[in-house]
Amino acid sequence: MNRRTFIKTSALATGGVVAAQSAVAETGWLTGDDVIRIGLIGCGGRGTGAAAQALSTKQNVRLVAMGDAFRDRLDDSLKNLRKEGQYDDRIEVTEETKFVGFEAYRSVIELCDVVLIATPPGFRPIHFEAAIDAGKHVFMEKPVATDAPGVRKILAAAAKAKAQKLNVVVGLQRRYQKKYTEWVERLHNGAIGEIISTRVYWNSGGVWTRPRQEGQTEMEYQMRNWYYFNWLCGDHIVEQHIHNLDVGNWVKQAYPVSAMGMGGRQVRTGKEHGEIFDHHSVEYEYADGSRMFSQCRHMKGCQNRVTESFHGSNGNAPKPGLIETGSGYQLWKYRDRNDPSPYQVEHDELFATIANGEFKHADAENGAYATLTAIMGRMATYSGQIIHWDDALNSELSLMPRTFAFDADPPILPDESGFYPIPTPGVTRVL
Amino acid sequence: MTRRYFACLLGCLMLAAPRITLAQTEIQLPTFSQTVPGTAVSFDMVCIPAGTFQMGSPESDPDREADEGPLRMVELDSFWIGTMEVSFELYNLFRERELDNGETNASFAYDADAVTRPSPPYEDPTFGMGKTGYPAVSMTQYAALRFCKWLWQKTGVFYRLPTEAEWEYACRAGTSTRYSFGDDIADLDEYGWHYDNSDETYHLCGTKKPNPWGLYDMHGNVSEWCLDQYQANFLTLLPEQPKNPWQRPTSLHPRTVKGGSWDDDPEELRTSNRIESSPNWKKRDPQIPKSFWWNTDSPFVGFRLVRPVNPGTEEDIRAFWKQVLDE
Repeated sequence: MNRRTFIKTSALATGGVVAAQSAVAETGWLTGDDVIRIGLIGCGGRGTGAAAQALSTKQNVRLVAMGDAFRDRLDDSLKNLRKEGQYDDRIEVTEETKFVGFEAYRSVIELCDVVLIATPPGFRPIHFEAAIDAGKHVFMEKPVATDAPGVRKILAAAAKAKAQKLNVVVGLQRRYQKKYTEWVERLHNGAIGEIISTRVYWNSGGVWTRPRQEGQTEMEYQMRNWYYFNWLCGDHIVEQHIHNLDVGNWVKQAYPVSAMGMGGRQVRTGKEHGEIFDHHSVEYEYADGSRMFSQCRHMKGCQNRVTESFHGSNGNAPKPGLIETGSGYQLWKYRDRNDPSPYQVEHDELFATIANGEFKHADAENGAYATLTAIMGRMATYSGQIIHWDDALNSELSLMPRTFAFDADPPILPDESGFYPIPTPGVTRVL
Repeated sequence: MTRRYFACLLGCLMLAAPRITLAQTEIQLPTFSQTVPGTAVSFDMVCIPAGTFQMGSPESDPDREADEGPLRMVELDSFWIGTMEVSFELYNLFRERELDNGETNASFAYDADAVTRPSPPYEDPTFGMGKTGYPAVSMTQYAALRFCKWLWQKTGVFYRLPTEAEWEYACRAGTSTRYSFGDDIADLDEYGWHYDNSDETYHLCGTKKPNPWGLYDMHGNVSEWCLDQYQANFLTLLPEQPKNPWQRPTSLHPRTVKGGSWDDDPEELRTSNRIESSPNWKKRDPQIPKSFWWNTDSPFVGFRLVRPVNPGTEEDIRAFWKQVLDE
């Protein structure tokens, strides 16, 4: 036996599932009983996981409604949740509370107290706005938009959420991870002095593709392969690298004022790879003149790196959980192997707050600016220009379709041989 | 035993194999190099002689845990075992379909397209700690066994994970001390990567001293999957001097892991230490269903190959896969 498994065993014995049955005593909960009804919008692997994490909190949480563009995704999600076995008594989804199609979110929002939004990023502004307008608390995955109009929509709804004291957690889970919170607190307290330069990376092998099926409309094909289309995903600099860019801003306690960079498609060039780049390298500048150097790459067979690193006027923080002097002497190190999953922690905190009738979580504004940081990087690599924060934020260029329907045209279409137009630095307009 | 393999064995015996002290007799352990057909990737195996040994740790070991006792005499048949942990390059031939050109040494038909291969991991399984020359990590035991089956299909040679008993016998290499180099934790840095000297990362395979039988990284670097269901009272359950004991799996967790890793404290690298796998090793997989192939939270676990000297018939081997892979 080792410590890792020991902790796991004792945690199971004392908390977890057993605690889920304990009644929440005095709550300021709006429905009057202690049940918190959740609805899931977006039933992919991550959405299903988010539902499971919500159902694993200590509160009396019930999954009452699910929505997805596709019936098969929704059915698989419910089947997979039930297969886990441990949530069965908290799943109250019926045939009548399964909603399919572009408008499914409206019905889900109506039926629940907390909305879990895990649809492709392009839809999040629409779904978040509707949830806040309906007065619901929200867990929303990152990134929260794919274009500037979407970011502004999130910001407007975020202000409304704050005014109505609706809790919002965004899935930038590093902010709920002790290794990071302890580390960042020390950096904020000046452990390495002023932050002079920041390096952030998401260099990995890439993700799935789903083959085009006979009879699929272009809209359905793109929705099924949402990762490869900007209106849906925002490119991988937005979809994944946002995590590291957010940490860069968090430590710096600022958002960058401009970005320049380069990127392209080197190895992932097929029809099945839509329009997105496979690499971006961006230099962000903060108001004090310091820089954040960012790399993200989707290429197999290369050295992977997903991390953040800070250089200060009085030392270095080479990786999360580590602080060193300039000459490399270790000042502080955090060992996290027994820590709970931050994906679980973010739900634990959200639902405890809601059950207590408190207002503590207002992640949407930062979520929007973190998203904008990544979008600004993409604007820089696509265009080959220096992009300024205010211009990026105020851009009127919308990536979204005019009509949401499976027989409608998405905003980007393949040519006769099935290839999509690719952004070209020096040519492509991004503002 | 295939003719090709036999020829290779004879060839290896002629070479200067490590001179090894085994139970007071100095002998040479045969070595064997396996190349994966159609690739330049090869790995080395050492032939461990049949014998008996005391499994577990004595009560006098200050770090002993209850699951390491009582000491039991165990008998084992001869087997080959990898001199190194399975490398990233080797495991990757199985992971990436495009690296497998379909060549095989096996007598039966091999269809590279029909092989069940790992799905893409949710996050980088190496966590940026390195690939070329480093051990493969983060795979589930199921994935490690699937790899073994693929390797059998490619080479025609039956490879599998070691049983817990085989692993400990090979690690002890005739010793009865806490580590295969002795009892003194102060010597550990010469032989293994552990939390205090690893800089929180695994290291290139084979950069520390080997054990007396020429096996590298038996202590530390990465922990290694065994074939057994973990049972805390395993040693009490064994019959009198069992032969080739194997606790057959009945559930996904816990399974036995041995050797300790770069992320473990020195006492967890002791030869007799037993580590239980846990569903917690996927705690940061935020998706449902969680991957059957990858753990998001065990970049400290890899594996080592064993090849029984007497693998049985092809039918026996197929029955083995059927059982361990729940096919």
